Amino acid sequence: MNKILEVRNLTKIYGPGCPQCIESTGPEADTNLCPYCGSVVAIHDVSFDLFEGEILGVMGESGSGKSTVVKNLYFDQPPSGGEATFYDRDKQSDLFSLNAAQQRWLRNHRFGMVYQNPHLGLNFNITAGGNIAERLLMSDLMDYGAIRERAKALLERTEVLLSRVDDLPKNFSGGMQQRVQIAKALATQPPLLFLDEVTTGLDLSVQARILDLILEIQQELKTAMVVVTHDLGVIRLLTGRAIVMKYGRVIEAGLTDQILEDPQHAYTQRLVASAL
Amino acid sequence: MIPPVLQVEGYGKLFQIHEQNKLIPSSHNVSFTVRAGEMTALIGPTGAGKSSVLKGIYRSYLPSTGRILYRTALGHELDLVLASEHQILELRRHEISFVTQFLHCLPRQATLDVVAQPLFSIGTAREEARQRAAELLSAMKLPERLWSVSPATFSGGERQRVNLARGFITKPRLLLLDEPTASLDPATAECVIGIIERLKTEGTAMLAIFHHPETTRRLADQVVELASPPAVEELIKDIA
Repeated sequence: MNKILEVRNLTKIYGPGCPQCIESTGPEADTNLCPYCGSVVAIHDVSFDLFEGEILGVMGESGSGKSTVVKNLYFDQPPSGGEATFYDRDKQSDLFSLNAAQQRWLRNHRFGMVYQNPHLGLNFNITAGGNIAERLLMSDLMDYGAIRERAKALLERTEVLLSRVDDLPKNFSGGMQQRVQIAKALATQPPLLFLDEVTTGLDLSVQARILDLILEIQQELKTAMVVVTHDLGVIRLLTGRAIVMKYGRVIEAGLTDQILEDPQHAYTQRLVASAL
Repeated sequence: MIPPVLQVEGYGKLFQIHEQNKLIPSSHNVSFTVRAGEMTALIGPTGAGKSSVLKGIYRSYLPSTGRILYRTALGHELDLVLASEHQILELRRHEISFVTQFLHCLPRQATLDVVAQPLFSIGTAREEARQRAAELLSAMKLPERLWSVSPATFSGGERQRVNLARGFITKPRLLLLDEPTASLDPATAECVIGIIERLKTEGTAMLAIFHHPETTRRLADQVVELASPPAVEELIKDIA
């Protein structure tokens, strides 16, 4: 198995930052807010590897920094420090030293992202089919007929009714919006997909079907995924390995079944014990 | 002599429960070997840490002490205590299976696919994988009308057969069995014992815990008795 992504010492600080930021925040300090300068240390020193076709879980409660990790990696916001290397076929790129155009190219061609909030992932002013066409256009597919066919095939795969291809996303249910987002993210068949709380806030029955869909896709396409969630059920169902975050730091990493059955850190023990 | 598939030396497991500031001793100083085509059975009182040994080998638990030397199909020796997560995942996919008393599977998935899942994950074609799953399920006399539904509604004995079929399907080099016949009626238990015997003759190394001493006597080539772990205070003295 080959490595697809290597993340080392990723750090993101909101605010001016000061020399005391790091030592006065984190799980020991029980805060991510620096008392000296008021900066928020969203993540610090986050490192992990992701292999081809693997699903890695990033778990932790709200404010633990788990979403910041994927937002940095998907270039939604630049990190304050750290490195990430993406291994693509026989090429490797150092993500944070790429220029804006190169980053955009990776986003459009090789990465996919599904957000908790469909407004972030979809353009609500254009139709479901249009959203997918947009992404296909950005990845250099130009033929109208081919785009339309591919968009339909993707929506069919994610179980969106074809009769609704030309509807606006605002007229869709939450679960359906997530399906369109997944179809859009998969349009370019990216080897790397980020999923940020994709089932949070959906009905349980809808959650279940979306999770089934993600697993089926993972088995069909062997897409490597980073799944951010606070839901231990999602972690158990989808991931093989996981990292646990608290106040911006990784406090535990391991095989998913080991983290759930034999958690080492006090916080993880509490988290697992409080699951329904 | 052919070296053993598995050699466990001084394995121990101690749980640290932070919330209550407690140490819970489980397995203590356990040593044994498991050879290809043979079964080693663990016996001992409840709480002696029999299941903890199996889980430590499968790395669902992080071992606290000792070495777990596993010889891979390629003949390399690997200490499972120190192996990387990806090495463990590879071994679970290709060489080591674990059948527990409980069936953990995806809800909503047809039984046939639940059983075929380990083959799907190593890239076996769907139809071929389902064919092998069907053969195993009929060998275990699981009625065919149940194959297309999810095991969620199954009885204990039916679930256990699904679980066993899933553990056997890749013909693992090392099979870990935790009370695999506990909730089966005598006739079904006989089928399962038959399948275990067949796998043994095909060369699978097995480490098992059985509920019934009789089953242990029939199947095991070596029996290892685990004693209850010493009190925490003793353990701490040892460490100090």
